[in-house]
Amino acid sequence: MMAERVIKLPDVGEGIAEAELVEWHVKVGDIVREDDLLAAVMTDKATVEIPSPVDGEVVWVGADIGDTVAIGSALVRLKVAGEGATDPGEPEGSAAPELVVVEQPVAAPKNEAPAPAPAKLTEARPAASPKPRAVSAPTLSAVPRRQAGEKPLASPAVRLKAREAGIDLRQVVGSGPGGRITHEDLDSFALRGPEAERAPGLARLTAVTDIKIVGLRRKIAEKMALSKARIPHITIGEEDDVSALEDLRAVLNKKPTLERPKLTLLPFVMRALVKALAEQPNLNALFDDEAGIVHQHAGIHIGIATQTPTGLIVPVVKHAEARDLWDCARELGRLAERGREGIATRDELTGSTITVTSLGALGGIATTPVINHPEVAIVGVNKMMIRPMWNGTSFVPRKMMNLSSSFDHRVIDGWDAAVFVQRLKELLENPAMLFVDA
Amino acid sequence: MTEITCKLLVIGAGPGGYVCAIRAGQLGIDTVIVESTKLGGSCLNVGCIPSKALIHVADEYEKLATAAQGKTPFGLTASAPALDFKQAIGWKDGIVQRLNNGVAALLRKSKVKIVHGRARFRDGKTVAVETETGPKLIRAETIVIATGSAPVELPFLPFGGTVISSTQALSLPAVPGRLAVVGAGYIGLELGIAFAKLGSQVTLVEALPRILPLYDAELTAPVERSLSRLGVGLLLGAKARGATPDGKSLLVETAEGEERRIAADAILVTVGRKPVLSDLGLEELVLDMDGSFIRIGERCETSMRGIHAIGDVTGEPMLAHRAMAQGELVAEIVAGLPRAWDKRCIPAICFTDPEIVSAGLSPDEARRAGFEIKTGQFPLAASGRAMTLHSEQGFVRIVAQANTHVILGIQAVGQSVSELSAAFGLAIEMGATLEDIAGTIHAHPTLGEAVQEAALKALGHAIHI
Repeated sequence: MMAERVIKLPDVGEGIAEAELVEWHVKVGDIVREDDLLAAVMTDKATVEIPSPVDGEVVWVGADIGDTVAIGSALVRLKVAGEGATDPGEPEGSAAPELVVVEQPVAAPKNEAPAPAPAKLTEARPAASPKPRAVSAPTLSAVPRRQAGEKPLASPAVRLKAREAGIDLRQVVGSGPGGRITHEDLDSFALRGPEAERAPGLARLTAVTDIKIVGLRRKIAEKMALSKARIPHITIGEEDDVSALEDLRAVLNKKPTLERPKLTLLPFVMRALVKALAEQPNLNALFDDEAGIVHQHAGIHIGIATQTPTGLIVPVVKHAEARDLWDCARELGRLAERGREGIATRDELTGSTITVTSLGALGGIATTPVINHPEVAIVGVNKMMIRPMWNGTSFVPRKMMNLSSSFDHRVIDGWDAAVFVQRLKELLENPAMLFVDA
Repeated sequence: MTEITCKLLVIGAGPGGYVCAIRAGQLGIDTVIVESTKLGGSCLNVGCIPSKALIHVADEYEKLATAAQGKTPFGLTASAPALDFKQAIGWKDGIVQRLNNGVAALLRKSKVKIVHGRARFRDGKTVAVETETGPKLIRAETIVIATGSAPVELPFLPFGGTVISSTQALSLPAVPGRLAVVGAGYIGLELGIAFAKLGSQVTLVEALPRILPLYDAELTAPVERSLSRLGVGLLLGAKARGATPDGKSLLVETAEGEERRIAADAILVTVGRKPVLSDLGLEELVLDMDGSFIRIGERCETSMRGIHAIGDVTGEPMLAHRAMAQGELVAEIVAGLPRAWDKRCIPAICFTDPEIVSAGLSPDEARRAGFEIKTGQFPLAASGRAMTLHSEQGFVRIVAQANTHVILGIQAVGQSVSELSAAFGLAIEMGATLEDIAGTIHAHPTLGEAVQEAALKALGHAIHI
């Protein structure tokens, strides 16, 4: 006897009411085994895989990629063997899907819409209509171009069709064996127009590729829009002479060990932040603008903006105030690696109270960092370079690095911001101060 | 003078002209076709069709003669065959007659008006036709010249008496006891071999050092062997000098420079064909010429707007199927459709014994055209079907581009290989590769398998060789 079993979107994290569906691993008609992955949903920062609690055949899927699905709403219907599952709405406790939390924050979304359900399926289906498949352009690069004067290779039917369509076959690249022009090549050429194939030299490109913004990219987009729309930014750029800091760093990096890995500039910047924030705790805060409350945190949790293959994530070094230079470096290295490999946990990706963004050698001379909402400050590290500096008597080569820092001007005044920037400058230019209580 | 006005006037109802007119009729074009002799042109009346009828008779006769001599390996014997040649010619004429009527019926069905008479241009839009019922003046928007070709006459061997062209050779009252053939091109060879089989003592005289100079030596070798089997005398590099005054001998200067007399009851001159353009009033027009032929472009257009030319008047290859394709093309252009000549190959066949087919480029032609090539050749001696037909001579050869494996040409020599030409042409027009042919199941046992095997051979893994 066959029965139907509804798999609902389970609770994927504390306080989360809905999640975005970012990937289907199954389609209608697929046979799944217990623990096979059904889908991936994305919460605030992390991706959660939803496995199947039972064996069965997928008869219905409840959402399209990009849809936001409420926790507890039906995700998949499975046809399962046995009579035990007469109440399809209520999975047994023991068989509740075990979550495989936190895969890479969203694999590149598949270009394919989920297969449409068979026509016999008559239940109401919310938002699962099949989308038109994107027409993929044929790969042109692999096909050798014809020599000048060489006759195009095409069947008589293709030649006739080309003539009727007014297409000069010499312009068309053939994807068939030996460069044979197929009906498909002709159709695709007709779609893209003659300009696309003008060769050699410069050619106009008229193709438009639609990329659905889902998953991490959508989160980033929402977050950035929120930050820029809600927060009136004030950005201050200052140049810092890091020659002394660089000398210190060079000495410290002479004998790296596992415990004491090679240091980048960031751990020093983090130490400077901890020192400066101790004096200006109002900058280490989350502003709940709807409630009108600034949550000023004692613990300093520094978000480090990190580029991954799928986009920007912000792993968080928790309690930087309790970490020394090496500890900061180790934690930074660990998080950055997990972030890039896509295995950072949701916990590791949330909870920052202030953020540092650094593009290293790509960092330019000034940036306008976007505050990581609802924080109130962000420090942007620009590239370091040797510049001639006037020491009162002559120009001397100094290692200079700019910091571009943005503040939420609703709660931080320009004066406070400037003081903070100058304090960071003082600390970084006199690195001994990072390690003494002064 | 009666006047006719039409959209399309076709001059000449050979394979090019009548196809053009029928297609135009199908497309709803108001069409007139003018023919001075019989519908069907050289092909149907004095060329392809009657010669093939005669060749068939000769083949049948030779089989019986071979059986009568007890020379079949499978034990078939017969008494000496007798041929009523008049009846054979009558049978051939009957076929021609049926096809003549067929062309007339097809033209009528397509609502084409047929005018019998000799056409002469008045100007680029007007043609005068002398008909049995008096002169007619035809005005047309578009005129197609499709007047075809005629055998070339040698000044020192004018047609008449014993000196005949291929046209007369197809309507001889009796099989000539001794036949001298001047010119060992495909026409001379087809007819020479047929008459040799019918019992003539045939001598071929060719000015060039080999027979069928348009085909490569590999392809012609089996034909040469069959000439010697049939006892056909072959004088290569020899020049015909004329006939003796009584017409009973052909005078020849041999390759060695010796004078020779070849006694002959008939002297067949087959040294080529020339376009039929005289008495057409071309002097009223300003047509660019290409030698003695009319120069045409890729839409078969001449240098004068509204005048097209198709078929043998436009030059080599002078083949009926080329003219037919041109005729169809022009009809569609006249109907306003976008068309141009874009064929990749025009297969050519010699109905010799054995037959030769060539489609596309030969290995030498392909190399001369700058292609790096791969070839594959499969001998019919390895074909089960050829063995069962007791005709193991010959081969199929395939020529392909070395890097892309796109097929550039296919040639064959062997009995009945003419029927393979359809597959050759299709492969080339479709842009097939060696893999396409190798990957197509060819029915067993047929000669066609040799085509697949040749492709496999070119790919380096023929099965049956």
